[in-house]
Amino acid sequence: MKKILTSLALLGLVVAGTWMSSAGAIAAEEEHNAAAPTHFPINEPKEMSWSFAGPFGTYDKAQLQRGLKVYKEVCSACHSMNLVAFRTLEGLGYSEAQIKTLAAGYTIHDGPNDAGDMFDRPGKPSDHFPAPFPNEQAAASANGGAAPPDMSLLAKARGVERGFPRFIFDIFTQYAQGGPDYIHSLLTGYDQTPPAGMVIPEGTHYNPYFLSGVSLKMPKPLSDGQVTYDDGSPQTVDQYARDVSAFLMFAAEPHLEDRKKTGFRVMIFLLLFGALVYMTKRRVWADVAH
Amino acid sequence: MSEGHSTYTPKTGIERWFDARMPLPRLIYDSFVAYPVPRNLNYMWTFGGILSIMLVSQILTGIVLAMHYTSDTNLAFDSVEKIMRDVNSGWLLRYLHSNGASFFFVAVYIHIFRGLFYGSYKAPRELLWILGCIIYLLMMATGFMGYVLPWGQMSFWGATVITGFFSAIPLVGNWIQELLLGGFAVDNPTLNRFFALHYLLPFMIAGVVVLHIWALHVVGQSNPTGIEVKSKTDTVAFTPYATIKDAFGMIVFLFFFAYFVFYLPNYLGHPDNYTVANPLKTPAHIVPEWYFLPFYAILRAITFNIGPINSKLGGVLCMFGAIAMLFLVPWLDTSKVRSAVYRPWYKLFFWLFVADAILLGWLGSQPAEGAYVFMAQMATLFYFAFFLVIMPVLGLIETPRRLPNSITEAVLEKNKGGSGHPAGATAAPETKG
Repeated sequence: MKKILTSLALLGLVVAGTWMSSAGAIAAEEEHNAAAPTHFPINEPKEMSWSFAGPFGTYDKAQLQRGLKVYKEVCSACHSMNLVAFRTLEGLGYSEAQIKTLAAGYTIHDGPNDAGDMFDRPGKPSDHFPAPFPNEQAAASANGGAAPPDMSLLAKARGVERGFPRFIFDIFTQYAQGGPDYIHSLLTGYDQTPPAGMVIPEGTHYNPYFLSGVSLKMPKPLSDGQVTYDDGSPQTVDQYARDVSAFLMFAAEPHLEDRKKTGFRVMIFLLLFGALVYMTKRRVWADVAH
Repeated sequence: MSEGHSTYTPKTGIERWFDARMPLPRLIYDSFVAYPVPRNLNYMWTFGGILSIMLVSQILTGIVLAMHYTSDTNLAFDSVEKIMRDVNSGWLLRYLHSNGASFFFVAVYIHIFRGLFYGSYKAPRELLWILGCIIYLLMMATGFMGYVLPWGQMSFWGATVITGFFSAIPLVGNWIQELLLGGFAVDNPTLNRFFALHYLLPFMIAGVVVLHIWALHVVGQSNPTGIEVKSKTDTVAFTPYATIKDAFGMIVFLFFFAYFVFYLPNYLGHPDNYTVANPLKTPAHIVPEWYFLPFYAILRAITFNIGPINSKLGGVLCMFGAIAMLFLVPWLDTSKVRSAVYRPWYKLFFWLFVADAILLGWLGSQPAEGAYVFMAQMATLFYFAFFLVIMPVLGLIETPRRLPNSITEAVLEKNKGGSGHPAGATAAPETKG
């Protein structure tokens, strides 16, 4: 009887061993041919330090304003941001008057009016950012067949799989910046020479940080000195990429600061309440062995 | 409840008035105050209460979300974003609800594994266990349909893949699939019926929970020793003893829940679901919610045909079979001893089974290629072997450890200090809470 059970347990160990070795085999398989990679992105995103990371993270308003400038002057030529209203930009530290001026700088297609005609008018704070193309088909046809993605949620809609065991550590380090890290790496990942022998489809641009292939249709969007900063920040691709990534995180999650602040209060409350209930529980059970 | 001898005595006029007409206060008193529970329950037994508050929390946040949600394929995604951006505290409600689903499953998995470890399903608790399995099935249906509602890429493609399973069923498969979808593909009718059902099912869960608690109060709680309650000294009153312990368990659980809601609200989700559903663009890897991953791994592990059963149908059968195993557990376990505490070999295999379930979950998140497929096949084999071979065979050949005569004896043995005293409630004043 004991023998049977021992052999069953041994069988279990053997099976576990097989799993281990096949896991090793998978790792070996992944040492792939550099010219024909099978897993993307080729390079993992670089982990940057963001002001909004961690339990007490807040947005750096000056950075968001710079990021907005990059979006307005560069990205918005092709990328819409349909879900973001101008009034949301109060989170960047702008006053109501500044937002009114900013919104008025945009022309909004509205209507029909009482006469049944469509008309153009200056933007209001309640309007959303107007899209660069009238519809998705127009966006696709102007950009080589694929419409540039809407940027409202981009910072939450992109992320490279973290893999074991990192996804466990991420719980403790509260790593939730996969989106901005990815965008920053992608924007700074152009201008690299592809490995010898790699086939880059025509009309696409090699970028080892791209999530779903060796190259993407978007050409390198940023270059040094392209956007003028008036707060003395370096006018480099790296700085532009950081700023616009931070701004896109804000666009995707405008209530992030509120969430973390509320969270801290909730955690403190639960700790104190939990301690009180625990002491009460000990008192109640004090005279009962259990 | 079933005891028949209620200890409730109405003290005020209004209580007497109610008691003579509809003894609701008596029912509450007998069920949640005087109801005797074993004195040796550990924190694993607080998950019933935790699940109740999670259900209430999901229903409350869900009702408010439904007030702002639009179940139309052109509007659903934006209406969820409207909740996240413009509805007062909408982000909080939505993150509570989406993470609440995950933590509901965390709690239910701990609850189920607790039952498997301590043999809580054995006679006379078979019906209690089966009602629990029904709740679990309803939860899976609710969770799946809820994930479709935001109408992101994973919503759409997850729904496409999962409803596709039904087409594998011979003869009626396509008919069932079309009935589920309201058409030939996931589209507006699908979203609308999923929304209606997602709103309905939680109330059905609540109904089965009532039956589950009813059945529980008839047979009483099991306990870590697995020995039935024999005398009054084996139990304590539900209030204050279980109430305060449950309350502490809930707060600790809520602490972990809040940590995710406020600091990692998208950790358990998939980035692709922040991209609006696009029927023309398939995501690179379609992954269901984490709580379905073990079953997803089992589904994909069947890559071979077995006689007339092709691999697709075989996968679907194995996946549903994996859940069906749970329903059969009361009759698959042949052991006379309930608790794994006294079953050294079962205890070992139980933990191997837990490891196997976690491994299956991880494999479900990986692409079905190369060595992963073989690993999933081995893990699936062990999953079924645990229920169909190990459970019945172990019960017949295993020599259990010596069982204490009663719960009280077990408690006093554990605490040692009180062994000389009569088995009373004041036996061990020095023991820690």
